[in-house]
Amino acid sequence: MISPLRAVAISPLRVLKISPLRVSAIANKEVRQLRRDRLTFGMIVGIPMLQMMLFGYAINTDVRHLRAAVADLAGTQRSRLLVADAEASQVVDVVRRVESAEQLEALLRAGEIHIGLFIPADFERRVQGAVRVPAQLLVDGSDPLVLQSARGLAALPVAGTPRRQAEIGDTFAVRAYYNPERRSEVQIIPGLIGVILTMTMVLFTAVAVVRERERGNLELLITTPVRTIELMIGKIVPYVAIGLVQVTLVLVVGSALFRVPIRGSLLDAYLAALAFIIASLSFGLLISTFARNQFQAAQMTIFFLLPSILLSGFMFPFDGMPRAAQIIAEALPLTHFVRLIRGVVLRGASLTEIGADFLPLAIFFAVTLSVALLRFRKRLD
Amino acid sequence: MNDAPAIEATNLTRRFGALTAVDHVTMVVPRAQIYGFLGPNGSGKSTTIRMLCGLLEPSEGEARVLGLEVPRDAEALRTRIGYMTQRFSLYEDLTVRENLEFIGEVYSIPRRSRRERVDELLAQYELADRAGQYAGTMSGGQRQRLALAAAVLHRPELLFLDEPTSAVDPQSRRDFWESLFALCDAGTTILVSTHYMDEAERCHALAILDSGVLVATGSPRRLMDEIPETVVEIEGDDLRAARAVLDDVDAVASVAQLGTRLHALVEPGLDEPALRLRQHLAAAGVAARVERVAASLEDVFVSATRERRAP
Ligand SMILES: Nc1ncnc2c1ncn2[C@@H]1O[C@H](COP(=O)(O)OP(=O)(O)OP(=O)(O)O)[C@@H](O)[C@H]1O
Ligand SMILES: [Mg+2]
Repeated sequence: MISPLRAVAISPLRVLKISPLRVSAIANKEVRQLRRDRLTFGMIVGIPMLQMMLFGYAINTDVRHLRAAVADLAGTQRSRLLVADAEASQVVDVVRRVESAEQLEALLRAGEIHIGLFIPADFERRVQGAVRVPAQLLVDGSDPLVLQSARGLAALPVAGTPRRQAEIGDTFAVRAYYNPERRSEVQIIPGLIGVILTMTMVLFTAVAVVRERERGNLELLITTPVRTIELMIGKIVPYVAIGLVQVTLVLVVGSALFRVPIRGSLLDAYLAALAFIIASLSFGLLISTFARNQFQAAQMTIFFLLPSILLSGFMFPFDGMPRAAQIIAEALPLTHFVRLIRGVVLRGASLTEIGADFLPLAIFFAVTLSVALLRFRKRLD
Repeated sequence: MNDAPAIEATNLTRRFGALTAVDHVTMVVPRAQIYGFLGPNGSGKSTTIRMLCGLLEPSEGEARVLGLEVPRDAEALRTRIGYMTQRFSLYEDLTVRENLEFIGEVYSIPRRSRRERVDELLAQYELADRAGQYAGTMSGGQRQRLALAAAVLHRPELLFLDEPTSAVDPQSRRDFWESLFALCDAGTTILVSTHYMDEAERCHALAILDSGVLVATGSPRRLMDEIPETVVEIEGDDLRAARAVLDDVDAVASVAQLGTRLHALVEPGLDEPALRLRQHLAAAGVAARVERVAASLEDVFVSATRERRAP
């Protein structure tokens, strides 16, 4: 006799004509294959671990240690105390001391600092009278998190004033540069070019090579006189063009639909994009020498993409991250591209001001391509 | 220089972990001949060909191909050899013409002569009316003609064909071999692997591989003439019973069924082998016609691969 419980449990399967044996046959086969695909198996653990480390440890939306410069034209004891208090708050790290507001603006544009503390010559008089805000914060508004932290700094009390702070009001007037309306799309879209390029460029080249190996084309190709370097360059060139098309698309849509200003030179923007595209493509080639199939190539791309997005400064300010995360970020091409493209597009910086970020891209390209060439021998074994 | 054999291999060996896929193979392939590689699945035919093309590093031994040492001089060899892989390795998402054009470019054939050569090959291999078809949608026989056209496009002196006629019907196979003879007449050396006896029989010379070991070499004629065993053919209604009887006879080295007949390989020492077997069968009450026959290539194959299995 079939127990009522058993009858109930089995009947829906019967009705749908599902055989538990066949289902378990497929499930078992899947588990076996998964176990043998070491990379996928590793990713099951690796991706959550990476995400947790990135979000839990590296990412900090309460931004501290923003690079700052001071122009203290007053030079009084009180003004020096104010700067010391600002540093003690840990929101800013004063890295430069300059003489004028113009110099602060230049440093902002070059991306060397995020915040400028400007203390005017009549600081003492302003503190006494209640008419005007005593000092100014010049803030790189292209990053909303930076702006938010700067606002916290604005109410910093001035030490040793005879009047109560409430009478003075804010110590600093905040002047947001580059994105005065504080629209997040303005901040996001230039960096988004880099995220899109990382996704497509790395994946495209990796898959393009791995696919040939999977389909057996490579066995034919390596018996021909084609040299490895020719094969690699030939693989990269079409995708460079595709990458530049993507850049154009984002810039056009960004400025037409989202009114993202393009303040710098377009040529500079394209030069930065070109350097970044080539670096990303050579990384794709490197992946292709490790991945045994297209799925693995896609997984490795994701594994590279995650830290790129989270650590590059695209989503969270670089300055706010712990030192270890910053070192990793410096090795990622997206970090340098985000700096370059924001500098050119949002701050109108020229490559002479911010060109230093080309060097890491060039090094990344040279290293990844050399390793890819070394690993990709014209052999089957 | 040109008198040197097309291929000279000495103790060529390749191991994959514990498995020895090719085991001390020594062979010489003369020029302008069709040289056959006969062997069962997994006997090391593809692995040997890959080593000779410079795609795999030998674990031991050496090979000179067209006077060049492989894998050291593999790059210099590339333009002089053609390789048709066992698995279709052209681009399935390119058309027939695009595939051939691509191969022509890879071999740096100048534009004008490339076009001419592609047209010539399309006509020669009866692909002209399929020039615009995707390679991936073609039938087995059409693909194989395309692959051969691609392999000979740069007019190589030496052609490696790895089981070119698997998945091809008998008529297409005959046509295919006609093209091979035409190439050979024009001076091309061809090394072709197969497990079809009829194809092996067409080769000028043969090497029989078994578990990575070269067990016999020579022209098909000589191999058949010089087979050590005597071949006895048994024809009858109950081959199964006949076989059971023969298996128990000590002098019978092996029994294989060929269509409606049995071929027994009898050890060379036995006198009057046909008579003896007839007596054995009669004693067991099995009616059969027993006759001594000339060895076929299949007998050679059974004989050669048997010696290694049961020494
Ligand atoms: N890359 C490899 N790794 C491990 N073993 C291999 C590899 N390539 C070949 N082998 C093994 O080497 C042996 C010879 O293989 P090979 O492909 O040369 O045989 P073959 O004669 O071409 O067979 P077939 O007629 O089936 O094509 C086989 O046992 C095979 O499993
Ligand atoms: Mg093979």
